[in-house]
Amino acid sequence: MMAAPRFDRALLLVTPATLFMLLLFIYPFIYGLVLSFQPMEEAGWLANYQKFFSTANLWMTIGTTLKLALPATMVNVALALPMAFKMRGTSRIQKLVTMLLVIPVTLGTVLIAEGMLTYFGPRGWLSQTLQWLHLYEGPIRLTHNYWGVLISLVISGFPFVFLLMLSYITGIDPVLARAASTLGASPAAQFRHIYLPLLIPGIAMAFCLAFVQAFSVLPSAVLLGAPAGPTRVISIAAYEAAFEQYDYSMASAIAMIMGFVQLVVVAAVLSLRGLFYRGPVAGGKG
Amino acid sequence: MAMKKHLAGGGMMRGRWIDRAWSGLIAGLMAFFLLNIGLMIAAVAVNSFGKRWLGTWLPEGWTLNWYAEAWKEFQLGSVLLVTAEVVGAVVLLAVLLGVPAAYTLARRDFPGKKLLMLLFLLPLMVPPITYGIPLATVLYKLHLGGTIYGVILANLIPALPFVILVMTPFIEQIDPNLESAARVFGASTGRVFRHVLVPLLAPGILAAALLVLVRTTALFELTFLTAGSDSQTLVVALYYAVFAAGVRATQSVDAMAMVYMVMTLVWLLIALRFVNPTQLVSRVREAPRGN
Repeated sequence: MMAAPRFDRALLLVTPATLFMLLLFIYPFIYGLVLSFQPMEEAGWLANYQKFFSTANLWMTIGTTLKLALPATMVNVALALPMAFKMRGTSRIQKLVTMLLVIPVTLGTVLIAEGMLTYFGPRGWLSQTLQWLHLYEGPIRLTHNYWGVLISLVISGFPFVFLLMLSYITGIDPVLARAASTLGASPAAQFRHIYLPLLIPGIAMAFCLAFVQAFSVLPSAVLLGAPAGPTRVISIAAYEAAFEQYDYSMASAIAMIMGFVQLVVVAAVLSLRGLFYRGPVAGGKG
Repeated sequence: MAMKKHLAGGGMMRGRWIDRAWSGLIAGLMAFFLLNIGLMIAAVAVNSFGKRWLGTWLPEGWTLNWYAEAWKEFQLGSVLLVTAEVVGAVVLLAVLLGVPAAYTLARRDFPGKKLLMLLFLLPLMVPPITYGIPLATVLYKLHLGGTIYGVILANLIPALPFVILVMTPFIEQIDPNLESAARVFGASTGRVFRHVLVPLLAPGILAAALLVLVRTTALFELTFLTAGSDSQTLVVALYYAVFAAGVRATQSVDAMAMVYMVMTLVWLLIALRFVNPTQLVSRVREAPRGN
């Protein structure tokens, strides 16, 4: 009986937020899209995209980024799923571990990078321990290369995936599992036959969100990687175009390509899971 | 995972053994992960208090000098002030704009509501760096780039939808009859908000505000893309310090990292008293319940 004949004044309450999002999220996106087709030099409207796909140190960034983001996301989902399953209860130790895992999420990538430089560096504790145990002689190289960035993506991404998985798992009614255990199903069987099928959409969603986050890796690729070579990710290329060459048109084009690649991967994952294409999920464009 | 159905008694025994080994492996991996994170944080802390630390287990002596140096060298005083201003403004604006919007989305059905939900979900799905570059372009064009206002506006983009998505389920939990009762006695929408909804929603608003506070403090990309030299927040200043680590002593960079970490952790601990840890990352599960 809500439908009043006159204008519903409650709609005014959502107006400021909507206007804000339209002005600062949708408008810049459209502006960027249009700008990307207006190259700085006198050239055709596709010049930026042609330049991107014909310049090796630009188009290679797509592969470089995928080579970092995909393994990191896979490792994180593979690790987080069984761990979150184990932590689904509400005992004190389970709560404590969950709390501890929140910390890396909030510290953010910059602090993790600085910590890794100190801890994983050639004179850090890890290297010292390995030498002390005679497991590995000579300095280990886990910073300023591909592995440093990959490890930092795992560290910063894992807690995120873990908490996401935990919220999906705790959303499943435990009565289902209890019923199965009454009938003699071991925890493994409960996981396999009850939780896993119900979690498939959640896993797909967690994979997509974690991938999209890992894909935009910027601080760790610069601070922990070799930003000129093996970890020159696409966000570095976009940043350089915008703030070093002041070519906003090119930078927008790279941002659009970045969004498109994300969209392709997200759509692939979702269709792999047999899900329907859903707007909010696949919105990796911007 | 290689799990098999076990029918015979012997298989049952072996199944239990596999279960136990599996549990041990998971617990071990978890402990390994947390141990390394702990040691990583400890390494930063030790370095920031150490005098000289070259290839030994612990530094030669302890000092607080690096903190004084970091404070001077990185102008931490003004950086902290900017951080407080940005975060404060973002939290306030996100709550002021987001709570009323969440109310309408929770209570009303109108044409285009699905589209509106999509509009509020998108910024949380798209990584900041992707929309940050076109956004920075527009902000610089409007002469807002490089100023604190630009930084606040940019940080509001993920914060506002986050408040809306966190608040919507809170509002749905409140019995609409309470509002109807107030209206029957002649209360206007404003009065209903002030005297009925806001008091009932206070825990939810507090939770949303704290979550936005923690997330905005740690959000790097948008501030990085829009800030000028005098509108940097602490996390961006830390990035530049690490970036230029060659010219500065690593100890004073680590001292700055400690300041950042302590600040984040204090707010995180406060936030965790009021919210479930999974709320920090998961807004997706909440979302479909909104429509």
